[in-house]
Amino acid sequence: MASFRDRSIVSIRDMSLDDLKKIVQTTEKVKKGELEGFLKGRTVATLFFEPSTRTRLSFESAVFKSGGSVFGIANPSASSQSKGESFADSIRTVSGYCDVMVIRHPVEGAARMASELIDIPVINAGDGANQHPTQTFLDLFTINEQFGRMNDLRIGMMGDLKYGRTVHSLTHALAMFGNELTFISPPTLRMPGQILQELDGLHIPYTTMENLEDARNSALDILYVTRIQKERFGDPQEYEKVAGTYRLTRETIGLLGEELRIMHPLPRVDEIAEEVDTTSNAIYFIQAHNGIPTRQALLGLVTGGLE
Amino acid sequence: MMDRAYKVYSIENGTVIDHIPTPLALKVIRILGLENEGIMTIGIGFHSDKQPGGKDIVKVENRELSHDETNKIALIAPDATINIIKDGRVLEKRQIKLPSEVREIMACPNPNCATNVLGAGTHFLLDNRDKVTYRCRYCERTTEVQADLLTAR
Repeated sequence: MASFRDRSIVSIRDMSLDDLKKIVQTTEKVKKGELEGFLKGRTVATLFFEPSTRTRLSFESAVFKSGGSVFGIANPSASSQSKGESFADSIRTVSGYCDVMVIRHPVEGAARMASELIDIPVINAGDGANQHPTQTFLDLFTINEQFGRMNDLRIGMMGDLKYGRTVHSLTHALAMFGNELTFISPPTLRMPGQILQELDGLHIPYTTMENLEDARNSALDILYVTRIQKERFGDPQEYEKVAGTYRLTRETIGLLGEELRIMHPLPRVDEIAEEVDTTSNAIYFIQAHNGIPTRQALLGLVTGGLE
Repeated sequence: MMDRAYKVYSIENGTVIDHIPTPLALKVIRILGLENEGIMTIGIGFHSDKQPGGKDIVKVENRELSHDETNKIALIAPDATINIIKDGRVLEKRQIKLPSEVREIMACPNPNCATNVLGAGTHFLLDNRDKVTYRCRYCERTTEVQADLLTAR
């Protein structure tokens, strides 16, 4: 395993199995309170060239909880980019003000580019439709926390599997560990063929289906639900029809098994009925809160505050 | 027929690139960045039994292309042949293979890629040798190599 110190975290594709295990193990120690104050004297910049309140707040909370300082921009109109400064110049300049940089940008590859321009580590907090690695790390940590393992599980993914970067990165990671996957989506939003081919190459068993009811005999351990976005459909009526089909209620959970855990990257709209929130199956708020220790652990590792 | 003994002059020293599918000779020169690199002879549209659409030939005088350079030709002309000529003789017959990475000479077809929006230099890594696909190091999308994605440096 390569050391994490001074290393940029840009894509799940850069991570080895040992890297992922190390992040999950370190997160576990942070969550238990075994590691504290490891960002003392370190300054983190959060540069959000595209608004994402929840991810930004999660990173900022992680910095405060570990004793570090944080500053940043929350939207592009407040930055010098709106005055015409190039992305490269902004990144080079701010790199002199901080020890680690967290970047979210609507352009795919922006974080990779930033990591090549500067000497301090860059953490990708989302680059367009491409990657959002810390979401995958917190998903893995949550799975491990619930099941005590990240392999040999039966995991369903439902919703927009075509455009959702979260499910693409998670599929990649789950395949590395070795899991059985079930993809449930409307035909127009299926998992891209390229990803299915990668699974074939890794000999990962998977099933694709259109109806959640068809998964009733799949004995799923986890159902990972994602939002189907209205803008993917030209016809609003067609959207309503499709969205209704992929809505999770207490009744559908009963069909899938009492032990099923339900995950969601949030924000949720109406793909999971609120009545589900109070069931023991719903772990999506625990999942969201796990973003804090996960980001604490990662910031600690790349700044050298944690070994 | 004596005045038609050869259609493209033979060279004393340099590199001969043969069996380029017509009309990609000029593209090959551009990929190699040889536009201003001295004397070249170009033949376009020769008959070829192997290539039904015809073949092109490029002869680069007084310059022995490196393996890294000739491998770039495989991106658009995988069946091209390379002969290195010294003192009028064939010094080396060279096989070409797809380069493991491609910088600068290929554009990413994703309009929302950092290479197209933020000015990052293009950089691709070989994804699948059989399918001739490359993965962009920035937006991470894979793309099939097409001649119109390949540009001058």
